[in-house]
Amino acid sequence: MRSKAFRPDVDAPEWKGGHSPYDIIKEGTIALVVVSILTVLLSVAFGSPDDPSITIKAWSTNAPMDFATTALSELNATSGSAQYGAPYNHASTGQQLGPLTLAKWIGVRVPVNSVNDYIIDPLRSLPKQPALTADLSQWSSASGSTRAGWVKDYSQAANQMQIVNGQLVVNATNAGPLPVMMADLFQMARTGALDQALVTQNGFYTSDYTLPLLFLADGTYLSGIAQKQHLTGDQWGMMNETGNYPGQAWLWLYTFWYQIKPFNASGNGDVLVWGLMMVLSAGLLLTPFIPGLRSIPRKTRVYRLIWREHYRSLP
Amino acid sequence: MSTTEIDRQWTTRLRKRVAGKLPPEKLLPDTQPTYVSSWIYVFGVTTMAALGVVIASGCLLALRGPQWWHTSSVGHFVNSLHLWSVEIFFFAMVIHLWGKYFMAAWRGGRALTWMTGVVTFLTSIATAFTGYVSQSNFDSQWISTQAKDGINSTGAGAFWNVLNSGQMLMWHIVLLPIAAVALTALHVLLVRIKGVVPPFEKTTEVTQ
Amino acid sequence: MSSFGLLAAIWPLTTLGHYVSWHVIQISVANLIVIILMVVTFIVALFAPFPGRRRRKENP
Repeated sequence: MRSKAFRPDVDAPEWKGGHSPYDIIKEGTIALVVVSILTVLLSVAFGSPDDPSITIKAWSTNAPMDFATTALSELNATSGSAQYGAPYNHASTGQQLGPLTLAKWIGVRVPVNSVNDYIIDPLRSLPKQPALTADLSQWSSASGSTRAGWVKDYSQAANQMQIVNGQLVVNATNAGPLPVMMADLFQMARTGALDQALVTQNGFYTSDYTLPLLFLADGTYLSGIAQKQHLTGDQWGMMNETGNYPGQAWLWLYTFWYQIKPFNASGNGDVLVWGLMMVLSAGLLLTPFIPGLRSIPRKTRVYRLIWREHYRSLP
Repeated sequence: MSTTEIDRQWTTRLRKRVAGKLPPEKLLPDTQPTYVSSWIYVFGVTTMAALGVVIASGCLLALRGPQWWHTSSVGHFVNSLHLWSVEIFFFAMVIHLWGKYFMAAWRGGRALTWMTGVVTFLTSIATAFTGYVSQSNFDSQWISTQAKDGINSTGAGAFWNVLNSGQMLMWHIVLLPIAAVALTALHVLLVRIKGVVPPFEKTTEVTQ
Repeated sequence: MSSFGLLAAIWPLTTLGHYVSWHVIQISVANLIVIILMVVTFIVALFAPFPGRRRRKENP
């Protein structure tokens, strides 16, 4: 026993009162049985959601123009992923926390080259077709400036992009091999071959979906479906689940910040929210040491309810 | 071998230390102080029970692999068990957190108990997140493509790629559950070593 | 009966969700129910009488 002053929010009095019987094993068993029964009842009653995944085949079939404009944005490197910066590429600085460019410092560790990964390499995986083979070799032997000229011409002509009889038609006259390549890519997507090509670039077995997921996220088809399901960031979507199921309600505070300024208006919103949540989590972790915060329980006197039998028994 | 030599052995020292800190009657007590008398005390054990059901249903899902639940009614039902036990787990854990906060349960040298509880909570959130992105359905496509921006902005995306479904599944079924269970075990051992926090009293006596 | 036969949920919650909006707050009815249930459970746990424990020994 020490003689220093008693700090009511830090120190606890020594318990000199009595003890009651307590069966810890029985309590645990009852809890396990109750939770198991409740879990089974909820599962039998409500089941669980399983909305099927979106394929690139479905995307290019149901929203062909969105697919085609997204493919174009990969070609001319204006897509979200092409402009992302680290960890995918060096296109931009990425998000900053004040002077800290955390992602950029760590660098490009998941390299994504939008032209090669989304267009050239998938087309190379197709069975040999004379026109496409000639176009691909024309592309690979061209200089950087020639390619840039083709891409510029194709991008301008793509303003009049059309889907005619299931074919992508762009009347670009000075775009070299690009009209044929992009039309073939469009066909490839509609047959489902592009889905496959994007995941098997590193071999037969795969469990890495970085490329197709980034591609899907660059379009508006995926986010359109999410919007209908109230899943987007500005709809508190992080907490929500598809259908009428409860979601990750425990993310309420994290998703709340995305609804207000400055977070929802800043290009650095993600890193600002993460920074803030780190600080708040540290606050929760260090509550026992934070004056004021640790006094709230004593001052609100909710404990009088919890231990009311004890206080009632006091002389 | 002399007694002192045996006493100096690492094994003997560890055993004595464990036995001193956590004798069997503390590890598995058959009494509690009389102030432990409120329904608020049941939410810790409820959280552990839910964790047990989460792990059991997760093990059932593992039996037939990650795609099974999309095509089998039994698999889908097991997935439902997994989802609802997770909802109960967080439900109970948050009420446990509220209760312990209003008891100021860190008092009397119990700060580490509080802190292991908070870290377990944060680890559980990460575990649940990797579960959501491992569902291999529309939900996981959307959640992973959204969450990547948050993770990438911290720089962690360079090593922890939420779009790499294999990596996320491994974290979900191996690394994070090991962490969550180990932290829970540590948390419970600390509760058993220190005992349940006594009520606020008007006293000047300090025990640590 | 759905294709999932006997194991199908009785009331699957797969229809489009319902949402409540209040100023900046938007929440799904499902999440709102969960959160209200949590608060109610917490309050009930504070107020409900706990089955009495017989005092067995003083100062063991």
